[in-house]
Amino acid sequence: MRNPLSDKIVTIKPSGIRKFFDIVSEMEDAISLGVGEPDFDTPWHIRDEGIYSLEKGRTFYTSNAGLKELKVEICNYLRRRFGLEYDPTHEVLVTVGGSEAIDIALRAMVNPGDEVLIPQPSYVSYEPCAVLADAVPVIINLKAENEFRLTAQELLDAITDRTKILVLPFPNNPTGAIMERSDLEAIAKVIIEKDLFVISDEIYGELTYKEKHVSIAELPGMKERTILINGFSKAYAMTGWRLGYACGPAPIIEQMLKIHQFAIMCAPTTSQYAAVEAMKNGDEDVAEMREQYNQRRRYLMNAFKEMGLPCFEPYGAFYVFPCIAEFGMSSDEFATRFLEEEKVAVVPGTAFGDCGEGFIRISYAYSLENLKVAIGRLADFVGRLKKEKQEGQRC
Amino acid sequence: MREELLKIIEKNSRIDLKELAVILGVEEIDVVNEMAAMEAEGIICGYHTLIDWEKTSIEKVSALIEVRVTPQRGQGFDRIAERIYKYPEVSAVYLISGGFDLLVTLEGKSLKEVSAFVSDKLAPLESILSTATHFILKKYKDHGTVLTKKYEDQREKITP
Repeated sequence: MRNPLSDKIVTIKPSGIRKFFDIVSEMEDAISLGVGEPDFDTPWHIRDEGIYSLEKGRTFYTSNAGLKELKVEICNYLRRRFGLEYDPTHEVLVTVGGSEAIDIALRAMVNPGDEVLIPQPSYVSYEPCAVLADAVPVIINLKAENEFRLTAQELLDAITDRTKILVLPFPNNPTGAIMERSDLEAIAKVIIEKDLFVISDEIYGELTYKEKHVSIAELPGMKERTILINGFSKAYAMTGWRLGYACGPAPIIEQMLKIHQFAIMCAPTTSQYAAVEAMKNGDEDVAEMREQYNQRRRYLMNAFKEMGLPCFEPYGAFYVFPCIAEFGMSSDEFATRFLEEEKVAVVPGTAFGDCGEGFIRISYAYSLENLKVAIGRLADFVGRLKKEKQEGQRC
Repeated sequence: MREELLKIIEKNSRIDLKELAVILGVEEIDVVNEMAAMEAEGIICGYHTLIDWEKTSIEKVSALIEVRVTPQRGQGFDRIAERIYKYPEVSAVYLISGGFDLLVTLEGKSLKEVSAFVSDKLAPLESILSTATHFILKKYKDHGTVLTKKYEDQREKITP
């Protein structure tokens, strides 16, 4: 029999998280700090609208680009939140999660051999999606000393004459890093000068704890070269509804729409009705959840300080990214031993790129009570490692 | 800080002061002072415990009583409300808009005891026109907390 597989897909590595997932799933009493989704239920009024739409028999396809009502609400949101003007008819596409938007934006924009800049550590899908689109992913290794922000110099250093797109993953999963307005201004200059396009993944845009998130599309000259990606999963705790959107220049959205209509047809109808309610009446829910995340974030930062674990203060998403390099183990070894000895699961930084080596991702999408138990165990573990290290030095 | 602080202790009045300061991002002494100030101002009225008595072996019956009254000249509903809330069996008295005037919540050991209170003490009060007693059969949710189900984390244990 012939090999049934595509050479391209076979070269793509499975997600680095898989291994831990398998171990943790087997371990009955393990507690996890490894989850990348909110612990809150979708607010009831949003769920209720989804249910109501089913009761009314809204069980058919919507138009390919999404419900008109939802696209209008998305534009209203972007206007009130960022002062951005998009045309709901030609510049908005409702997708199956932000993930689909990332995939089809890349597929719509690159030619074989085009280089796509991907700052890492970052979400696991950018690199494989670029490869699947026949682009060449070029990794920019972000640095802890810059709080994992992307600097203009790092960007400049990575650009070649084949570079076409920069993926901008902020607020960042896994580091929790944000890009403030001045950071964005610095890179926008380079982007315009070098005539690049940006795929800006702002799925955590509602979850920042210092200043309100700034979209790079807000900056002068940037909207026309940016695909802004956002969605409902993180802000409204709607991960399972699989709903996101992309906004950008009409000629790009038009081509993305073609891929979307042939591959997907349309985003789930029930989810779209629920999302209309989220956009209309969900601001308070978001504020409430943000406050709770912020309390947990402060708790974690304080706990790390007390146990002497170095960690830059992250101001976005719901992750902290402490450094464990001092213990002379790889991230993978640290995470494995922590799981075996204390039964707590964290994700090694390397799951999000090689430059995540020396770090672990801890999610605070858990109640304070749960965090306290897990962090207590982390303190015990770290204390033990520090003692081991001291004894090792004495010998 | 007030609003945030109140929201937290409304849900968990036993929270450690040091921890409260950490999660609010302020100094412990500021939390102590703010709480003392709010106690003095009567904003914080107590630190109660939410108990599901159903799960204990102690017999308890709760009732909601709708009360219609004739307001008294110069004193409105206040005087009659005061007469009612002074009974220790009464746990809450609210002035209500709509079809009746006062909503009284009551706790007793048995149906008999609650009925006796209504017929012997409450109903005969002058200026009370009528009462309607509703016994609580089951508490699903109380003070924002669901009593019937425990939270279960249904998420996959590790996701990117």
